[in-house]
Amino acid sequence: MNRIQQRLNANKKILSIYFTAGYPHLNATASIIKSLEANEVDMIEIGLPFSDPLADGPTIQASSTQALRNGMTTQLLFQQLEKIRETVSIPLIIMGYFNPILQYGVEAFCEKCAHIGIDGLIIPDLPVDVYQEHYQALFSQYNLLNIFLITPQTSEERIRYIDSVSNGFIYMVSSASTTGKTIGFGEEQQAYFRRISQMNLKNPQIVGFGINNKSTFDAATKHAHGAIIGSAFIKHLSTHGTETIASFIKDIR
Amino acid sequence: MSYTINNKGYYGEFGGAYIPEMLYPNVEELRQNYLKIMSEKGFQKEFNQLLKDYVGRPSPLYLAKRLSEQYQTKIYLKREDLNHTGAHKINNTIGQILMAKRLGKKRIIAETGAGQHGVATATVCALMGIECIVYMGEIDIARQAPNVARMKMLGATVIPATSGSKTLKDATNEAIRDWINNPVNTHYIIGSVVGPHPYPDMVARFQSVISEEIKNQLMVHEGVEKPNYIIACVGGGSNAAGAYYHFLNDLEVKLIAVEAAGHGIESGESAATSVLGKEGIIHGSKTLLMQTQDGQITEPYSISAGLDYPGVGPMHAHLYKSGRAEFISITDDEAMKSGMKLCQLEGIIPAIESAHALAAFDKKTFQSQDIVVVSLSGRGDKDLETYIKYFDL
Repeated sequence: MNRIQQRLNANKKILSIYFTAGYPHLNATASIIKSLEANEVDMIEIGLPFSDPLADGPTIQASSTQALRNGMTTQLLFQQLEKIRETVSIPLIIMGYFNPILQYGVEAFCEKCAHIGIDGLIIPDLPVDVYQEHYQALFSQYNLLNIFLITPQTSEERIRYIDSVSNGFIYMVSSASTTGKTIGFGEEQQAYFRRISQMNLKNPQIVGFGINNKSTFDAATKHAHGAIIGSAFIKHLSTHGTETIASFIKDIR
Repeated sequence: MSYTINNKGYYGEFGGAYIPEMLYPNVEELRQNYLKIMSEKGFQKEFNQLLKDYVGRPSPLYLAKRLSEQYQTKIYLKREDLNHTGAHKINNTIGQILMAKRLGKKRIIAETGAGQHGVATATVCALMGIECIVYMGEIDIARQAPNVARMKMLGATVIPATSGSKTLKDATNEAIRDWINNPVNTHYIIGSVVGPHPYPDMVARFQSVISEEIKNQLMVHEGVEKPNYIIACVGGGSNAAGAYYHFLNDLEVKLIAVEAAGHGIESGESAATSVLGKEGIIHGSKTLLMQTQDGQITEPYSISAGLDYPGVGPMHAHLYKSGRAEFISITDDEAMKSGMKLCQLEGIIPAIESAHALAAFDKKTFQSQDIVVVSLSGRGDKDLETYIKYFDL
């Protein structure tokens, strides 16, 4: 069983943290991962920076631009992660846009991920039908889960389709927005989370976008299995650096 | 081999819709409806009426005698420069605003580089009384002040794109982000044959009026329906797509696409995507694009802001890869020289984009009996400052 699936089976609300590789410093990747695991985060999304991240808001985009300026590349990220499994056992997901993966070679990318011990991928601009037709067999060959997004606008029929192609969790985007917007989790969001929860999907749902503190984390996970924090963590890194990760996580749990 | 789009939204291996799920409902709504709406009689009537009475179509097909003499061949200019707002861009924005209205959209967003598409979008929004937001790179805003003023006069809100390289590709990113944040009431008017399916096909169809007219006009002038060659410049490629459209599957008509080489292919400052690009994904489409080895999209350069895009539309990627079209690259200097030549020989000041297409005559020899149609995509008023600086006028 994949590490992500194991973690999802534990009866606990999942806290997943996203950070951009190469930010704030080129070589911070391994130390951020270790620190997140030490502070009992459940899952980590490592952002492979891209020049044109369409689904992201200003915070993550700025961190990506900075990471690329710092010299981050796909190859370098793999080098930094080469020995990561000697020290951590937390589920690791790489989140990246499709073009850099395509240029690396999708199969070579998957092979490298499997070799390192990456558990899953989130590729926001890889459409589910293209994945199913061309890459699903490859991903399962390398035991990589591919995580798809749904939004409040996604139709029930399409959610069922996405659920049928998924085998880890479903990334439930909290509202129609890019990352890093303050949206709150009022009745509208709760109704959406409830609606999805009542669909009895085979994959658990983890909420992303708009979660930035304990109250939004609690609200987001009321009807879902967990939540992902990205932009708020990047902001924390940009003002406080990597030294105070513990206090950031403690404030959420 | 077919050069038109297949039912999955691909030209050969290029095209598709590589978009985040957040955009899926918007793009899918458009995909399901665009052909149906375009084939409605009422739509066609309104579209054609506006093209005629508001844009000023048909645009003339003009036999450029002195230019023909100089190059010893028969050169016709398709005068898209005479359209309202000064370029072919308005053909598409008229079509898309009518599409948006039928989809019940209340708000329009657009991206613009030099501002031509922004002006064409602001124009049709003013015409229809619909809110218009144009994203434009901060750097482009600074260097294209007259077009920014035009858009404002036409009632549009111009929002600077301050991310990334602060030019066209970033303006496009920002427009896409706006659409993600406003999925229900907003239509995104893309300005070229780029973006996720169905945009490349929809924009090509709206621009196809160019080749439809070329056919009819050649019949009147020459008693034939087709030229030997069609030459058009390609940035994203919408004027070329429109000029080629009805000839795509007629292999007797040779297609020539002219890209901007900037300071030269090897200079590191170029926009010649067919030479410098590799297959990849940009703005939701699988196509050829300029990128680093690591798959990061790079910043192109051309003296012509309209050709300054790091990709080409998927149709053009297919035309290139299949060999259907011949691709030529023209440097800044060559284009400027050809632009000036047209002024002096024909009394027409071309947009610098179109001047690239004209420079093909210095690269390629035609037979004296050949009929060569050049898409003169826009007029040069917007480029006066560049002409002044370049020629020290």
